[in-house]
Amino acid sequence: MKFNHSVHLDKDKCMGCINCIKRCPTQAIRVRNGKAAIIPEFCIDCGECIRICPHHAKLATYDPLSVMDDYKYKIALPAPSLYAQFNNLDDINIVLRALLKMGFDDVYEVSSAAELVSELSRKYIEDNMEKRPFISSACPSVVRLISVRFPNLIEHILPISAPVDIAASEARKRAIEKTGLPSEDIGVIFISPCPAKVTALSDPLGYEKSEVDAVVAIKDIYPVLLSHMKNSIDDEEDMLTSGKIGISWGRSGGEAGGLLIDSYLAADGIENVIKVLEDLEDQKFTNLDFIELNACSGGCVGGTLTVENAYVAKAKLNRLRKYQPVSRSHLDGKQLDKPYFEKEIEYTPVFRLGKSMKDSIAAMAKVSALLDKFPGLDCGSCGAPTCRALAEDIVCGRAHERDCIYLLRDYIHRISRQFSNLDSLSGIGGDYNDDYYGDDYIDDYSTDYVDDYNNPNESDYNKY
Amino acid sequence: MSDSIKLHYTVSPDDFTRAGEASGDVKSKLKKMGVSPEAVRKVAIAMYEGEINMVIHAEGGEIDVEISEDDITMILADKGPGIADIEQAMQAGWSTAPDNIRSLGFGAGMGLPNMKKYSDDMHIETEIGVGTTVTMKVNM
Repeated sequence: MKFNHSVHLDKDKCMGCINCIKRCPTQAIRVRNGKAAIIPEFCIDCGECIRICPHHAKLATYDPLSVMDDYKYKIALPAPSLYAQFNNLDDINIVLRALLKMGFDDVYEVSSAAELVSELSRKYIEDNMEKRPFISSACPSVVRLISVRFPNLIEHILPISAPVDIAASEARKRAIEKTGLPSEDIGVIFISPCPAKVTALSDPLGYEKSEVDAVVAIKDIYPVLLSHMKNSIDDEEDMLTSGKIGISWGRSGGEAGGLLIDSYLAADGIENVIKVLEDLEDQKFTNLDFIELNACSGGCVGGTLTVENAYVAKAKLNRLRKYQPVSRSHLDGKQLDKPYFEKEIEYTPVFRLGKSMKDSIAAMAKVSALLDKFPGLDCGSCGAPTCRALAEDIVCGRAHERDCIYLLRDYIHRISRQFSNLDSLSGIGGDYNDDYYGDDYIDDYSTDYVDDYNNPNESDYNKY
Repeated sequence: MSDSIKLHYTVSPDDFTRAGEASGDVKSKLKKMGVSPEAVRKVAIAMYEGEINMVIHAEGGEIDVEISEDDITMILADKGPGIADIEQAMQAGWSTAPDNIRSLGFGAGMGLPNMKKYSDDMHIETEIGVGTTVTMKVNM
């Protein structure tokens, strides 16, 4: 399995500080040679590093608005969180009409597909009560997190396509029927609050291929849309295809609310999500039918590609939904192309200390021995988020214990003492050279070396 | 080179917010060691139940965990009141937990039955007024 990601680094802007490594919920970032580096297997595209980086060196990957020019027929798939970005908006139609005015040929509301997903979910949960609790599959970061870290919970993931994917395939079908154009001339463009969908396009979990062609950012389209919205206010055309349920999907609790059940939990913010998954794995709570999890605080309105404060946006969504019917989109016996996951989500373990249990036991013992030597400050100066992470990196051959500035300091003190004690001898420092941070330093300081270093004796010291 | 990993935890009394720390730590270590998801799940659930029992009934205690190539052994020792009737305590739904504990959502009488269910081998030594030691084994 490949691990593509929608977060990348602007090396020139990265100062090598420790903000991102400390904030990353999966400990996926290390500072190496003064720059942050993402360990691709660990990253779940939650966007926390983008939020925290004070130098704006962490960037989301998504398509520019000019991607519209690549297609003859362009369909906008607005996420419901888009509607929550505007001040004093009381009619979503103004946004939808403005999307046409700015150059889209058609609009398919993701919130409309969300209402279909809610309907499918209600039926699926009712028919499969023995598999409860069901975990929402709409947030790609959460699904990725479960697939790499919570193998025991994979069977609980609701195997229903995300609203954006259903919207994409329905919108494409409609466009082909209407225009007769070949599929490649039709551009299905998701207006997204978050970059995680970009990863989900190139590396989808649960299905073979996404029908979404491009992902543009809400924050990019926002200013363009604003100018067209001014000219859309007086138009009469009613384009709205979603109601309370669909619109509410844009914020935490919306998906669960659409199931019309009482026994649910909705958690948002990646740290809270992890805590819920840990507890769920330990069976600390039972008797829940549904668990809605959103990596971003507040839900999708908290995505890194949005403009408005997540909680203000949440309040705006609540106001927008107030006078809407419960839902405007219904299946009515209609068959969707890809309503369910096409393939099972597989457990993809991304980290293990040793190849065999025997190796792992030995490696864990080394980690413990190293932790005894480290100061336990979790200061991050070594480039790893915690002392334990550094110890694991060392044991796996990815770092050296003198990356710990405290151990390095002790080492330098010892060397300098030796110099002053032995300054009558010549050539004592001859073997020590500046290659310490050279290309081959990982090879030079393999884990075997760690053992030597753990039991220093006179002959070891003489090496230097 | 050691053949097993030995871990020790002290479970503090009357602190529900910290109950689960020990089992959580063991769970995270087992995952990193590449132990099968099924074994991780069994250890996590059995040990968490045991930890909670120590908090509810015995004012905490000590837990020793040994991870070897073949199995994971958990020894949970407390100096609590002891179990008067093990057979009765093993019945699902039987609980001596007081109301204030039940109001927190604990004390459903599933602790020992779940520990038995999720471990491959369980052994209880108990003496009234002296304490209880539960030894559980989960095979790899």
